[in-house]
Amino acid sequence: MPSKSKEVEVTTLCLSIIREMTINEIQEEIIEEFAGFEDWMDKYAYLIELGTDLQGLDEQYQTDQNLIKGCQSKVWFNASLEEGKVKLEADSDAIIVKGIAALLIRVFNNQTPEDIMNADLNFIDEIGLKQHLSPTRSNGLVSMVKQIKMYGIAFNHVK
Amino acid sequence: MTLDINKIRKDFPILQEKVHGKDLVYFDNAATSQKPTQVIDEMVKYYYKYNSNIHRGVHYLSNKSTDGNENARKIVQNFINAEHLHEIIFTRGTTESINLVANSFAERYIGEGDEVIVSEMEHHSNIVPWQLVCEKKKAVLKVIPFNDNGELLVDQLDELITDRTKIVAVNHISNSLGTINPVQKIIDIAHARGVKVLVDAAQSVQHLKIDVQEWDVDFLVFSGHKLYGPTGIGVLYGKEDLLNEMPPWQGGGEMIKEVRFSGTTYNELPFKFEAGTPNYIDAIGLGAAIEYVENIGLENIDAYEQELLAYATEKLSSIDGLKIYGTAEHKTSVISFLVDGIHFYDMGMLLDQMGIAVRTGTHCTEPIMQHFGIDGTVRASFSFYNTKEEIDALYNGILKVCKMFVH
Ligand SMILES: Cc1ncc(COP(=O)(O)O)c(C=O)c1O
Repeated sequence: MPSKSKEVEVTTLCLSIIREMTINEIQEEIIEEFAGFEDWMDKYAYLIELGTDLQGLDEQYQTDQNLIKGCQSKVWFNASLEEGKVKLEADSDAIIVKGIAALLIRVFNNQTPEDIMNADLNFIDEIGLKQHLSPTRSNGLVSMVKQIKMYGIAFNHVK
Repeated sequence: MTLDINKIRKDFPILQEKVHGKDLVYFDNAATSQKPTQVIDEMVKYYYKYNSNIHRGVHYLSNKSTDGNENARKIVQNFINAEHLHEIIFTRGTTESINLVANSFAERYIGEGDEVIVSEMEHHSNIVPWQLVCEKKKAVLKVIPFNDNGELLVDQLDELITDRTKIVAVNHISNSLGTINPVQKIIDIAHARGVKVLVDAAQSVQHLKIDVQEWDVDFLVFSGHKLYGPTGIGVLYGKEDLLNEMPPWQGGGEMIKEVRFSGTTYNELPFKFEAGTPNYIDAIGLGAAIEYVENIGLENIDAYEQELLAYATEKLSSIDGLKIYGTAEHKTSVISFLVDGIHFYDMGMLLDQMGIAVRTGTHCTEPIMQHFGIDGTVRASFSFYNTKEEIDALYNGILKVCKMFVH
């Protein structure tokens, strides 16, 4: 399984070199990937792997300002705008949450503020993470998505 | 008497549920307990047959419901051995009971420069209401610390108390650590100095027999939902003379004697503190819950839960890198723990996938977490309907999670 995900990562990388993938294309790809998992163990093991592999945030960015409120675990998102594209980085003290953040980064990183604003997220539902979506769920997936969208809106405004 | 756990488990329909396709293992009892059919049926019966607003009716149904509510009060009175029936006040729960006391007691007895003492291991519900009141009255909040085993340093209480101290508010059992605090000693020390005591029994009425007269405690508070009863109902016990001197907290129907624009007079105890339509169906449910527990016997419950605690403590302690927070000599069946390198939230989420319900986070006791320099714990809390097999499932579940993290 780890080898598979590496493969996917490489493919993703190649594809994004050839042509930038759209948010929806990336979502489709994630959904397909998750469809291959037999049970929850595989799925969560993958999230753990994603979380472990995601390069964290430099401590200087682990600020209260970047901290996403309403989570039982700490999650930080840092965003910047480079050549019209939003660059996202994230960190969390909980690995699975970090893994989920990694998926969000995969979807939203390098997209334009407009595309982020208008994105219709369906992959969370589809890969069975919906249980983490309700507004009161303590891992704050909702808050993470909201924060990313806020970045989109803010950068769109700046532009 | 040994408990027939299989029979007991059949009383709790939810225990037969599957979660994520697995048998439910419910270890979140300190947050809320499950309800036996005896409680559910009793409440359903009242909704089906007798429901009517209480106290003000002349008709049959209203009398039935009123009797049910007052019978429940009687059951509570006997349960904690209160001297008078009217010393039992129904509230929404522990939190509301504490807010009631904090506000009403402070109104009557606390002034600028006076002091309130709580402990470092209180639930937020027994901290924040006092903070609010202290702020309003310019009073001072003081704290009894605990040691690294999670035992209150009760010997410091005598030094903390001054002639400005009005009340000590402590929990009997800590919801995060499981510590059973030496309440009798605390009451004796406080009373020797003329200080009143409130005991938060939210975590203890379901485990240990409490006798308010033997303790001579001034206020005792607890919730129905942790005692196998419904949510939305709780109890405030207060000594008659104190409750009589304290002003009403909330105004409304039921709590008045006469309403005049020139001045309203208040009803007698306990109604003076029960404004609005009371939650009588849940009170009736609470009564049924107490009867259920008393039928099984708190001594039997406690003995079996101690067995579960000892078994679980030994098993979990054998796991590499697992640390238990709360290792007091006297504990109830609560185990807070962390495993090296694994966030409590990750642990909780993965155990959930295995059908095991534990609680994660600060458990509304942030000062405890600050004491240990951690952000939270995983908490497994056992009830008399749990089994050693379920503890084995938890043990194996934790090992499985550890394995997932090694890769
Ligand atoms: C020790 C303690 N005090 C107070 C409370 C608050 O109880 P409730 O939320 O039922 O008002 C709890 C429940 O979590 C508790 O464990």
